[in-house]
Amino acid sequence: MATTEEIRSDLAEIVNEVAGVPAADVQLDKSFTDDLDVDSLSMVEIIYAAEEKFSVSIPDEEAKNLKTVGDAVAYIERAAS
Amino acid sequence: MSRIRVVVTGLGATTPLGGDVASTWEGMLAGRSGVARLPQEWAEELPVKIGAHVAVDPSTVLDRVEARKLDRSAQLAVIAAMEAWKDAGFGLREDNPVERERLGVAYASGIGGMQTLLGSWDTLKEKGSRRVSPLAIPMLMANAPAANISLRIGAQAGVHTPVSACASSNESIALGLDMIRLGRADVVLVGGTEGVIHPLPLAAFSQMQAMSRRNDDPERASRPWDVDRDGFVLGEGSVALVIETLEHAQARGARIYGELAGAGITSDSHDMVQPDPTGRSQARAMTRALTEGEVSAADVKHVNAHATSTPQGDVTEAVSIRMALGEDTDAIVTATKSMTGHLLGGAGALESMATLLALYHRKVPPTINLDNPEPDLGIDIATKVRELGEGDLVGLNNSFGFGGHNVAVAFTNQFATGA
Repeated sequence: MATTEEIRSDLAEIVNEVAGVPAADVQLDKSFTDDLDVDSLSMVEIIYAAEEKFSVSIPDEEAKNLKTVGDAVAYIERAAS
Repeated sequence: MSRIRVVVTGLGATTPLGGDVASTWEGMLAGRSGVARLPQEWAEELPVKIGAHVAVDPSTVLDRVEARKLDRSAQLAVIAAMEAWKDAGFGLREDNPVERERLGVAYASGIGGMQTLLGSWDTLKEKGSRRVSPLAIPMLMANAPAANISLRIGAQAGVHTPVSACASSNESIALGLDMIRLGRADVVLVGGTEGVIHPLPLAAFSQMQAMSRRNDDPERASRPWDVDRDGFVLGEGSVALVIETLEHAQARGARIYGELAGAGITSDSHDMVQPDPTGRSQARAMTRALTEGEVSAADVKHVNAHATSTPQGDVTEAVSIRMALGEDTDAIVTATKSMTGHLLGGAGALESMATLLALYHRKVPPTINLDNPEPDLGIDIATKVRELGEGDLVGLNNSFGFGGHNVAVAFTNQFATGA
């Protein structure tokens, strides 16, 4: 079972790959849209990439509630457990 | 009412001969071929194993994140457009002095984001719908190159993507000219792009018997008007031109390459893929461009022909050039596709740039590989660099597309500065 920090770090790599945000900026308290400037289609890409990376399912209706990096990490932790 | 005079003030290019305008033009004057054996493994399975990739891979120029949001056709377009925009003396955002609502884009693609379309289909089949990129549609739509350019330069006077196969980017130049002359814009970024070197279009064009299969001698495969020509060579790339009213250009002290004098658009209504062999509609396109530009056929000193190296097309065009310009025309004709291959929706813009630079520098680039010309063509074809004389010059660029589209564009060296 991956730790919270491991999930955050892997997710940060995805955000960097998709949106070009420096991985170090992808911290739990950051909002994807307000702080990291991730646009709507890039956010969808990040969700799909996270599903593949963490072998979880993130339905679209859940994905829209994932406002911060912390929201996403917590969802992935729950879904993977 | 006197017509609005329109000039070209910026050029940008990424082509099989070079990653910018200077290297492309230098390659043309050197008579260099951009055609090579395709390095991809899949090419070995195809009857056509040659093509003309861009000389500089777009991934080495664009920011990585920017590049992954663009189909190859749009990557090439953005590179060319940004060079043209800077060449015209304009910056971006706060350094962009052009009134947004008077700034337009007309940027063509013959086929659109085909690599994204086919790649997404592969993903869907192999991994399921959930893995299809949410960027697929904005990447594959044919207007994506034009829209991406407009986002960068802030164009709000209308953004257009004419589609007329291999005549597309000459049509975008014609449309940009109309936008200015109809009073809808002062400045328009025009051009075209294509990036479809992929097994499907190669296989499909090959099935039409339209492509050269000179796989063992790629640099000599594109040979317009030569008796041993056996079809076109697929190329990729993009070329952009910044056009604006003479008044707008002079008010800001812009460097001017020359005048975009007129454009002529006609259609054959003869056959889907073969030109009308009488050449009448092709000739009408040239005549209309000259009429619109208020210049005479006798003034035309140079023609950059469409001449793709197909058996029928090259001969028909020689007929139509003589019909439009007269049997005794002294225009020096060339086919730069002999070096660049055929850029499809990018071809008109590339060859319009070549036409304009030929007038600007008074040098016509050669048609390479013309070892044994087709008999009785009756036109003066440059097989080495030829000098254009002193004085006023008019040049024509022809583009003809599947579907019977004929678009001719006329340039002059009027108002040119600093040659």
